[in-house]
Amino acid sequence: MAPETSTMTNDPILKVEHLSMRFGGLMAINDFSFEARRGDITALIGPNGAGKTTVFNCITGFYKPTMGMITMRQRSGKEYLLERLPDFEITKQARVARTFQNIRMFSGMTVLENLLVAQHNKLMLASGYTFLGLFGFPAYRQASKEAIELAKHWLERASLIDRADDPAGDLPYGAQRRLEIARAMCTEPELLCLDEPAAGLNPRESHSLNELLQSIRRDTGTSILLIEHDMSVVMGISDHVVVLEYGQKISDGNPDFVKSDPRVIAAYLGVEDEEVEEVIEQIEEIEGEQGGTKQ
Amino acid sequence: MANIASTTASAGTEVTARALREAVFAGLVTLGLFVLFVGLKTDQNIRNELVLTQRWGLLATFVIVAMVGRFLMVAYAQPWLAQRKAAKAAAPEVVKEEGFFSRNFSKIAIVALILYPPVILALTGVQGSLKWVDNFGIQILIYVMLAWGLNIVVGLAGLLDLGYVAFYAVGAYSYALLSSYFGLSFWVLLPVAGLLSACWGMILGFPVLRLRGDYLAIVTLAFGEIIRLVLINWTEVTKGTFGVSGIAKATLFGIKFDASKDGFAALMGLPISSAYYKIFLFYLILGLCMITAFVTIRLRRMPVGRAWEALREDEIACRSLGINTTTTKLTAFATGAMFGGFAGSFFAVRQGFVSPESFVFLESAVILAIVVLGGMGSLTGIAIAAIVMIGGTEILRELTFLKVVFGPNFTPELYRMLIFGLAMVIVMVWKPRGFVGSREPTAFLRERKAVSGSFTKEGHG
Repeated sequence: MAPETSTMTNDPILKVEHLSMRFGGLMAINDFSFEARRGDITALIGPNGAGKTTVFNCITGFYKPTMGMITMRQRSGKEYLLERLPDFEITKQARVARTFQNIRMFSGMTVLENLLVAQHNKLMLASGYTFLGLFGFPAYRQASKEAIELAKHWLERASLIDRADDPAGDLPYGAQRRLEIARAMCTEPELLCLDEPAAGLNPRESHSLNELLQSIRRDTGTSILLIEHDMSVVMGISDHVVVLEYGQKISDGNPDFVKSDPRVIAAYLGVEDEEVEEVIEQIEEIEGEQGGTKQ
Repeated sequence: MANIASTTASAGTEVTARALREAVFAGLVTLGLFVLFVGLKTDQNIRNELVLTQRWGLLATFVIVAMVGRFLMVAYAQPWLAQRKAAKAAAPEVVKEEGFFSRNFSKIAIVALILYPPVILALTGVQGSLKWVDNFGIQILIYVMLAWGLNIVVGLAGLLDLGYVAFYAVGAYSYALLSSYFGLSFWVLLPVAGLLSACWGMILGFPVLRLRGDYLAIVTLAFGEIIRLVLINWTEVTKGTFGVSGIAKATLFGIKFDASKDGFAALMGLPISSAYYKIFLFYLILGLCMITAFVTIRLRRMPVGRAWEALREDEIACRSLGINTTTTKLTAFATGAMFGGFAGSFFAVRQGFVSPESFVFLESAVILAIVVLGGMGSLTGIAIAAIVMIGGTEILRELTFLKVVFGPNFTPELYRMLIFGLAMVIVMVWKPRGFVGSREPTAFLRERKAVSGSFTKEGHG
């Protein structure tokens, strides 16, 4: 893609190490480690109930992991241990934004207002924690004008500019998905986490979503981590795919490698009883090869 | 022309015939239904025997009422409704241009309120104005202010607070106690009362941060009762149920409103009357209301106000956007409580006497009812609701002609809560989102379009 992304390939933006999450007796995630490189689109896939959303919730602070370390390394070199930050600080300081599997809009607020809420922390500072803004100081007026400009920029990118003054709850489903992404981008994140952005979209909409995500990555340098079931999205845009099954990583690599990995095929399609031996053999063979190349 | 007339005439007779048919049918159904219920009645006679009383006249009335009702319904009401519907559908979509009145509603309302005391004074004379300025004007404006304060917590942030009267009490007692123990003036104590109430708002806020919905409502309710019980039982300071009396009056730039030589009346060369003090209080509470409205409108356009509304819409989404929901909730509680405190200290200065009896749960319920009835979040709607609710209950006292109808022992104000409840049910059926159900957006690109009430959420509290 863009030249700078290839030079930064060895620079991980997010490092998840030995992540484990236990809910009572259920080990939802078991010793899961992966890295997302800066400027990459990393996809996290797996069958239903594999623990993808749990990983997301751990990264974005909505769950506190039972074990493990999640390190976010910003462009400036500043590092944050996400498992130690409260959820809102992860967006505010570590600059990790997220969207939700079931869309969470401020449905009674207009589309524009949704994007202004996302710029809360910036505007809060500009309004002198409300006190200066209350008395109409010009600094706040300037800042709110800039905030509207930024919102306008993202509305244009998400082709929602015509609906800016309509309530968010009035938008069709696909537009709400795009709005959620635009809203997350208004927090000016370095890492954007998308939980099934293409769920419920028709092929045309998911194609335009692909373009939106690629343009976000290209123009802002934002790294993207996404959970997705739609293989046309995953294989079409991601640089790196991590496959999760029963809370454990079963495959990790570029899309082509993952697509042909027998463990992934087995996990997704299942194997017939008489072929189990064969598949295990194949897997061992591959692991042997990998071991050989590593040495 | 004649052709059309004849067809409409034939259609008319057709409708009448159908109406007659349906009326007969309805009469038969009524007869069948009521012949045993109404037509026959079992009674005990003097020897404890059951006897059957026949009430054919009453049954005939029932049947006739049903028949006439059905006839009128089919022959007149239904065609009229259908015609209206058709006319509405046929009429082109007219973009309703808002009239001068609705566009400038708030400005007209403010001017009307400013002109209210002089007009009343001119109409009813100095002594006659007392009732209209004090009982109607000041009383309604106090509730407008309280409801606007609660609106920040319930309408904007979506946190259901059933103990709002506690902050009203804190404000009233702050003024009453600090002025009688330390002799501080109203103008010093007004902000102090607001600050103290805001502090208590924070103190309430902390334990309820993690609560939602019904749980939040119950804890705030308990908080309101705790404050009241402390006021009753801490007799050394608050004098318990006797209350604090003889609270100092407010002054206008040091000018007292009394009969002394340098009092307001003497200085202005006016006859001595308590009406002038009441008019002064009217403008004072009007000013306080304006401040509340101004701050609320300003705050809604600021990040903190938007965060409150976003909190009402979706708390988890708020957190995912880097908003600290803890401080957002606490500021909502504190700001709402502060206005309650202002209103409370005004209440103390107006009454000259405070006792825990003024701060019962019913007050919280009335204030909350005004907010809900007005439309959560809408200042105009809430002001209208306050006028209807509080003005309505005051009007009840004036309805002396009802004594002629219901006898001399009838006191209409005793039916206050009954009418109050009935009015709430009717309004909620007619307008489920309150008088003003739509929401004004705080920012816009091209045009400011009101957000319909069906999209806004009530919050989780």
